[in-house]
Amino acid sequence: MGMFSSKKYITLDIRKHIETSDKSEDKEYKPYIPNGMWVKCPECGMTLYKEDLEKGNLVCIHCHSHLRMGVAERIKLIIDEGTFEEIDRNIESDNPLNFTDYDIKKYQNKTGLKSAVVTGKGNINKHPIMVAIMEFGFKGGSMSVAEGEKITRAIEKATAEKLPIIIFTASGGARMEEGIFSLMQMAKTSAALARHSQAGLLYITVLTDPTTGGITASFAMLGDIILAEPGTLVGFAGKRVIEQTIKQQLPNGFQTSEFLLEHGFIDKIVPRGELKTTIGKILEMHKID
Amino acid sequence: MNKVWSKVELARHADRPAALDYINIIFTDFIELHGDRLFADDKAFVCGIAKFNDQPVTIIAQQKGRNTKEKIERNFAMPHPEGYRKALRFMKQAEKFKRPIICFVDTPGAFCGIGAEERGQGEAIARNLLEMSQLKVPVISIIIGEGGSGGALAVAVADEVWMLENSIYSILSPEGFATILWKNSARAKEAAEIMKMTAEDLKGFGIIDKIIREKKGGAHRDVNYTANHMKDEIAASLKRLKAKSMEKLLDDRYDKFRKMGPYKLGDV
Repeated sequence: MGMFSSKKYITLDIRKHIETSDKSEDKEYKPYIPNGMWVKCPECGMTLYKEDLEKGNLVCIHCHSHLRMGVAERIKLIIDEGTFEEIDRNIESDNPLNFTDYDIKKYQNKTGLKSAVVTGKGNINKHPIMVAIMEFGFKGGSMSVAEGEKITRAIEKATAEKLPIIIFTASGGARMEEGIFSLMQMAKTSAALARHSQAGLLYITVLTDPTTGGITASFAMLGDIILAEPGTLVGFAGKRVIEQTIKQQLPNGFQTSEFLLEHGFIDKIVPRGELKTTIGKILEMHKID
Repeated sequence: MNKVWSKVELARHADRPAALDYINIIFTDFIELHGDRLFADDKAFVCGIAKFNDQPVTIIAQQKGRNTKEKIERNFAMPHPEGYRKALRFMKQAEKFKRPIICFVDTPGAFCGIGAEERGQGEAIARNLLEMSQLKVPVISIIIGEGGSGGALAVAVADEVWMLENSIYSILSPEGFATILWKNSARAKEAAEIMKMTAEDLKGFGIIDKIIREKKGGAHRDVNYTANHMKDEIAASLKRLKAKSMEKLLDDRYDKFRKMGPYKLGDV
């Protein structure tokens, strides 16, 4: 668990980060890509004009690979403008094992977030939802108790308010520095989802690159409807671990969203540009009177 | 030799009693039942029905082999997705017939391989976590050797989770942990210390509820000693759990996991 390939991680600095809004529309979400006019696609190596990349939702115009997207851009892409209200922003990691060298400050400074997930309420094409969006740029999106708690609270709030919940996954897995406590977040979040499901409510998972380890083995795979972006790495075990275990090279395309679709584990691959419309339609068909 | 590492070695000891050793002592009329009805019969899991003091129960057990041939047959107790689905099938069956479930946990971890990924190892584990949190029967999980990560947790979302005195339960093997953090699996002993994987540590954290005693030197020195202690505790626990209303049983199970792990409330 916790292994992931670093393939496709946009080789850009995440200096700019979000000011999560308290519904104020004047605060603009800052994009995730650096200053400067040109960016190199980490997949095909072609040079991209920054403005094109931004307009194109961080999808390479040459190879169509979906570059990793930060929380700020994700909110901008998916949530109706001015409707996002963040909850539990102040929850952050403790250090339950008194681990030396466990420093989340640098990730907090880098991303402007307190933890590797942002949760809140907002609208998607006018449908109210609860949402949790993981930030891979925050220590590989790893799940410590803080992330588990925020996701669980978002699910519980969705259950209490009879709302759908949508989780955008992006994580290498459990936070090693919190050991067994991280592991228990898998049970905690899954149990909360069980109650949400029992209440007859809709849970949509959107798998984004990468989704591995304990995230795959808990809430990522529990959606009523599981969507994924093209080319997303999705798996339980890391590729290196598998290669070491079985002493074989892994086939091309192993553990991509296309691989999971073929094996029947996800419902649909949706290109980023169509994501909001698709989710909107699904929400429309699950409206509760 | 540090104290934690000696526990790791005992937990993995070649002569350490495996699930079937305890099952044969604690239960009567054990009938092993097979298969997930979807793909295969994963022999890393032994499942079935038996009597516990004349009361029918369902048994879900990860079984390590005791000789080389059996070890290979049981894949060193590293289940594939079909193993978790087999376990879930028998848990749902127990729920239908209102039988308590006793799980024996003993795995280095869920198997990592091409087939495991193709058949959805992540989904299989996730499904068990979700379903176990809502099973309408008492569930007790006992970690008897290695409790390796999600592969162990997938049969340990229980009303009561116990550990044998010299068993371990962790997010990852100490070797894997050392590899991830320091890129050096040789630092496993050091990792084991830091990880807090012993029964004593985890009882202190509230991750587990009870420690089952072993004879000095380890459970292999006297399997009956440990089995009898387990048997007494199972009897007492089933009495406790069966006295609860269904609502209380499920609420308590939910709250137990809900509370796990500290976090901080910082400035907004």
